[in-house]
Amino acid sequence: MPKRKLQAPSTSEAVEGINPDEKRVQCVFKSEDGETEGSPFELPTDITREKLQLVCDAVIPNEDKVPYAFFVNGVEIRETLAKAVGEEVLSLTEKSVEIVYQPQAVFRVRAVTRCTSSLEGHGDPVLYVSFSPSGRFLASGSSDSTVRFWDINTETPEFRCKGHQNWVLCLAWSPDGRKLASGCKGGKVCLWNPKTGKEISRPLTGHTDYVSSVAWKPLHLDPECRYLASSSKDRTVRIWDVVTFRSHMVISGHTAHISMVKWGGSDLIFTASHDRSIKVWRASDGVFCRNLDGHGHWVNTLALSTDYVMRTGAFDPADAKIVHEEVTDSGEELLKKAKVRYDAALAIGGSQGGTERLVSGSDDATMFLWKPSEGKKPVARMTGHQKPVNEVKFSPDSRLIASASFDKFVKLWNGFTGDFVATLRGHVSMVYQVAWSADSRLLVSSSKDSTLKVWKDKALLMDLPGHSDEVFAVDWSPDGQRVVSGGKDKVLKIWRA
Amino acid sequence: MPQNEYIELHTKRHGRRLDYEEKKRKKEGRRPHEMAVKAKKLRGIKAKLYNKKRHAEKVQMKKTIKMHEEKKTKQKSADNDSQFGNPSYLLERENQIRAKVLSNTIKQKRKEKAGKWNVPIPKVKGVSEAEVFKVVKTGKTKRKGWKRMVTKVTYVGEGFTRKPVKFERFIRPMGLRFKKANVTHPELKASFFLPIIGVKKNPSSTMYTSLGVITKGTVIEVNISELGLVTHSGKVVWGKYAQVTNNPENDGCINAVLLV
Repeated sequence: MPKRKLQAPSTSEAVEGINPDEKRVQCVFKSEDGETEGSPFELPTDITREKLQLVCDAVIPNEDKVPYAFFVNGVEIRETLAKAVGEEVLSLTEKSVEIVYQPQAVFRVRAVTRCTSSLEGHGDPVLYVSFSPSGRFLASGSSDSTVRFWDINTETPEFRCKGHQNWVLCLAWSPDGRKLASGCKGGKVCLWNPKTGKEISRPLTGHTDYVSSVAWKPLHLDPECRYLASSSKDRTVRIWDVVTFRSHMVISGHTAHISMVKWGGSDLIFTASHDRSIKVWRASDGVFCRNLDGHGHWVNTLALSTDYVMRTGAFDPADAKIVHEEVTDSGEELLKKAKVRYDAALAIGGSQGGTERLVSGSDDATMFLWKPSEGKKPVARMTGHQKPVNEVKFSPDSRLIASASFDKFVKLWNGFTGDFVATLRGHVSMVYQVAWSADSRLLVSSSKDSTLKVWKDKALLMDLPGHSDEVFAVDWSPDGQRVVSGGKDKVLKIWRA
Repeated sequence: MPQNEYIELHTKRHGRRLDYEEKKRKKEGRRPHEMAVKAKKLRGIKAKLYNKKRHAEKVQMKKTIKMHEEKKTKQKSADNDSQFGNPSYLLERENQIRAKVLSNTIKQKRKEKAGKWNVPIPKVKGVSEAEVFKVVKTGKTKRKGWKRMVTKVTYVGEGFTRKPVKFERFIRPMGLRFKKANVTHPELKASFFLPIIGVKKNPSSTMYTSLGVITKGTVIEVNISELGLVTHSGKVVWGKYAQVTNNPENDGCINAVLLV
């Protein structure tokens, strides 16, 4: 049977002159909101994904040439329609098949394949690595109590910043990319200028135990990047004013070690604690809003659906260039850009999205999906892991959630409903961290088994060995060009496509 | 022979002498002097033994005094994080075993070629054939003596079937066959009950190696896949060598140390 080219889909002449043997099925396109577009039309069952895209372009107004992912009954069409759904289902069905289309990122990030350099310099294990919001700067924190900035163009060390007296446990770039905050095991928070490598002020002291995470106020609320929240084992969250260098507010209420703090886009602060609860606070005055209960053990980690846009602030990964440009915009312009991006991120998913979602991972091996601004009831409880969940991350388009667990698996979940999507098997030891590429198509995970693995389409794409010991931290630059990893072997590795 | 605790009974009934505590204190007070005199007076081997005992006592005493001093002074709670540094998500999990990555397959291969290992028991006492093999008399009148029974513990591979009686020169009794060994990881200080893969070398004789005889000092290969050790390239290590540290035929179990 000769393969017939599909030139003008869904028109009458395309339907005519068909080989009668060819199986056809009634189809209709449906958006994520559930709105159907156009009237049903017939498609051959062996239609490929590429052709489906052409059909879709003809049916739906698509001037930006946005690539789509297609789903039938929640199953993604990878090769052909028949393979995704099954021949029997297609032949038995009397109703038209609803094909749900999901817009994907217009740009593509290439998967990293090789290690371009191993950066030595830290005298002790690297505990945290982070790219600046535009991917222009790279910083790492280590247990030799220094923060280091690295030149990403020449892949050489740039600044060695001394100021902490203990292990540097966490780093956070201000969303305008002009400051870096670092928290250490001694309870200090330091602020660094990435251009000079100097400390902006004396260390912010106040915490009596180690700082577990640091979060900046989102750019669309705070164009100057003035406020910063840090959580600590001393059961408090402190909000710092980095213009006057003082503690602006102390939030307390948890009865155990706070493992994570997140600053939401609607000016709420979320804290996860080892006392098994997640608490929501109003950032403006520190008033306790609600308790999100459900976990049966330590809550280790939190992720917001808007994390990625708030992290990158005014920088849009779609406009990424090879050579980084200096950000000269004023605060007002940055705020405007960030606000547009934040609203766009909220709008993803139509009726399913709309608000900020929060996902929490716990030592009881479960995860919960919440809509914290709407109520204290969880949207879904995600079970499947067998050991503590160490990290959860929303994909940049917030459609997927990736969770890394000590049971050696990475699992993917639907970002709106919390439904299980896939298990990524491959690591032979605990998975520590995961990082998404900016186009949400790729995922990189770091593990105790001393490898990084790149995943695409729910399958292993690339195995990246090279570290000689556990890999503690991994980050994918928002411009999509580099992946950086650091671990117990004291070496920072940069991976490129 | 006292039939009962009559002294205790007496003190219970009548109490102690009024100067009992005083005398006891004085006797205690005199004791060091008496001991010093004794130490001075003793000569020869007795002096040696006595002084050794006193030295040990003194050391013990110093230690206890130090411990008590530590108890009195207030100190910071011990920082039991690893000395190298952990990310914040591992900070509260010190009690979980943190196995070290062992990545020396190349080294091991090189050693294998040379046929030498740096083993915990370097000098192994040879085991004579007379000790290992018992002659089994065969024939109708029991006058043939070509058959041997192995009297030591053996490892027999998975798919082994015994030869017909006529051709079986070495009998390896079922009761002395072992499939698993208690293997200690010297760095982790933990032992695991692991399946044996094979006998790599019995230092006494190559014939013992081929027969799978396990005596003290034998190097065996064990399956360590359940330990989850990983090589440089992220592959799981599953076979590793271990040296037997006990006499399995006497103990009824095989104890071995992993060669790292």
